[in-house]
Amino acid sequence: MSETPKKILDIKNLDISFKTNAGIVHAIRGVSLDLCKGETVAVVGESGSGKSVTMKAAMGLLDSNAIINSGEILYTYTDKDGNEVTTDLLKLSRKELRRDFNGQRIAMVFQDPMTSLDPTMTIGKQIMEGMFLHKHMEKEAARKRAIELLDLVGIPEAEKRFKNYPHQLSGGMRQRVVIAIALSADPDILICDEPTTALDVTIQARILELIMDIQKKMKLSVIYITHDLGVVAKVADYVNVMYAGKIVEVGNVNEIFYEPKHPYTWGLLSSMPDLDTDDERLYSIPGSPPNLLHEPKGDAFAARNQFAMAIDEKAEPPMFQISCTHFAATWLLHPDAPKVEMPPELKTRIERAQKEVAKIL
Amino acid sequence: MSEPLLKVENLKQHFRISRSYTVKAVNGVSFEIYPGETYGLVGESGSGKTTIGRSIIRLYNPTEGRILFDGMDITGRLEGKTRETLRENMQMIFQDPMASLNPRKKVSDIIGEGLDIHHRYQSREDRAEQISAMLRKVGLSPEHASRYPHQFSGGQRQRVGIARALIMNPKLIIADECISALDVSIQAQVVNLMKDIQEETSCAYLFIAHDLSMVKYISDRIGVLHLGYLVEAGTKEEIFSNPVHPYTKSLLSAIPHPNPEVEKRRKSIAYDYASSGIDYAKGTEHTVGGTHTVLATDEEFEKWTNQR
Ligand SMILES: Nc1ncnc2c1ncn2[C@@H]1O[C@H](COP(=O)(O)OP(=O)(O)OP(=O)(O)O)[C@@H](O)[C@H]1O
Ligand SMILES: Nc1ncnc2c1ncn2[C@@H]1O[C@H](COP(=O)(O)OP(=O)(O)OP(=O)(O)O)[C@@H](O)[C@H]1O
Ligand SMILES: [Mg+2]
Ligand SMILES: [Mg+2]
Repeated sequence: MSETPKKILDIKNLDISFKTNAGIVHAIRGVSLDLCKGETVAVVGESGSGKSVTMKAAMGLLDSNAIINSGEILYTYTDKDGNEVTTDLLKLSRKELRRDFNGQRIAMVFQDPMTSLDPTMTIGKQIMEGMFLHKHMEKEAARKRAIELLDLVGIPEAEKRFKNYPHQLSGGMRQRVVIAIALSADPDILICDEPTTALDVTIQARILELIMDIQKKMKLSVIYITHDLGVVAKVADYVNVMYAGKIVEVGNVNEIFYEPKHPYTWGLLSSMPDLDTDDERLYSIPGSPPNLLHEPKGDAFAARNQFAMAIDEKAEPPMFQISCTHFAATWLLHPDAPKVEMPPELKTRIERAQKEVAKIL
Repeated sequence: MSEPLLKVENLKQHFRISRSYTVKAVNGVSFEIYPGETYGLVGESGSGKTTIGRSIIRLYNPTEGRILFDGMDITGRLEGKTRETLRENMQMIFQDPMASLNPRKKVSDIIGEGLDIHHRYQSREDRAEQISAMLRKVGLSPEHASRYPHQFSGGQRQRVGIARALIMNPKLIIADECISALDVSIQAQVVNLMKDIQEETSCAYLFIAHDLSMVKYISDRIGVLHLGYLVEAGTKEEIFSNPVHPYTKSLLSAIPHPNPEVEKRRKSIAYDYASSGIDYAKGTEHTVGGTHTVLATDEEFEKWTNQR
């Protein structure tokens, strides 16, 4: 990249709790994350670690029992007069967000496609709706564009499918309709929450390539929340690893895959089934994630960390810097900590991956 | 070998959308699942995987074909008793967790519903204990029992669906993309749990998934579906080490590798049915060897097996 990339979304110290029957759940505990123009950032991590809630906060779509304790979400864009503006999305009302930002400047593909589709409306209508609302398109033009989008996301016989209702589509088709709706607005930022969970690998590749293609043409910035580390490897420039409401490691994609530093990231990478081996049992990180009803003292991962030290029980580790792009929050990186290596199985796996790279280079 | 637990014969499932437009979702699919076995069903999005699952558990009336479960014909109208056995012994974990969980019910009542219907507990305490134990097994906590579905993350919700099915100890579980929203570590935990339960109770799984490395890991046999046709089937070794059908080959070549430098350069083998010249309707089942079969005409079979 020639010019230094410009920050377009800057989440700072976000902190969110939920009121529930059983008490207050401290779900997001100081998340900071940034996204630059034209870049792709992946967010991976434990189920329930707060990935979706973080992004929903940016869209003003938190559930009514949510409490934002602190933080800002700064969005920088060019307004209609050509001026560069930075706004804190958390300070805007739902109404302002909906009118000026959601769906047009920032579009989100939600994790559960059925919840973002209206079961009583044909999918064609649903794709055209945004084009009428935000772009004031003519009916015929919108229809043409909608069919084109359906075709682009790989829905066969798009013209006939146009009149289908959501329940008449397969899970993966619904997911692709939601992607088509998000793309219909030509947004600045596309947030995809598990966009390809229901897609077979061939269609998944097609969708990812489509988004990368649009990204090149329009300088679209993309955040992918995904569990699929193969997808991350394919699309991401940077990766954020989340655990128990915090980002515990961030780095460029090669740093995370070839030189991971946080023991949670080690566990995650070790849990992937390996096509090349025939293990009887899959590795899974022992224990279960902390219940944020009772917030842990010290490092939230300590109880599951075989390398935990005394200090892990007492204080939360800060982010230690490893390179200009690579940071991890683990006491293992403290200069006084004993030298600890990643588990040998993971090391072998990474070495194997690197040999494969050497072969094709 | 023992009798199959499930036998699907020439199943067809068509949906009429309008007078001129019928979606032929499933076009004559046959396969068997034995007790204690895991059958993996993979294939393109929209190829009919969910529809097959829903036809088997009889959410649809099959257009054509026969379904036998535990020796009973469950194709036609179901008698009260057959329906009852079916509901108790066959469970489905649905693909879209939000749409399949009643939003107004607490998680404890969602998971306990089957127990309630079939009176599977001695006392309130026993019921609560069974539910707590199940929540823990799928990596949730008993404190989650009083929450409503929308108060969960996507993956937590998916695990509620899994818990609801597993708690019934059914003979057959149709698991439709049941781990797709879980991180790899919890995926591993759930898959290990499914294997343990299988060892304990000899239940069988119809495991529908798009993640081929997980399918390879969990399945004994695999069926590859495309456009409503079972284009190839066999043991996992047969499918993974010796794929014959061009669709299967393309599918296997598209598996993403968690290796960024490789992944950013990789090209997969393209497969386009329309221009391939293949007509699935003309194909018949050909045996490659062992239990490995492929849908092909004689010429196609000749060509595909001589290629290597
Ligand atoms: N409305 C709510 N009330 C109470 N707790 C909630 C609510 N919404 C989310 N949570 C909790 O907040 C935490 C973070 O949820 P979030 O949906 O962000 O997880 P996630 O990282 O997206 O997980 P997944 O990968 O499973 O989708 C979870 O523990 C979840 O149970
Ligand atoms: N109730 C219905 N009415 C009309 N058409 C339907 C219905 N259910 C499914 N179909 C159609 O049947 C075909 C197969 O759908 P199905 O849901 O079985 O696919 P799938 O293999 O599960 O795909 P995915 O991987 O995307 O979930 C699709 O073309 C779909 O549109
Ligand atoms: Mg989520
Ligand atoms: Mg499906």
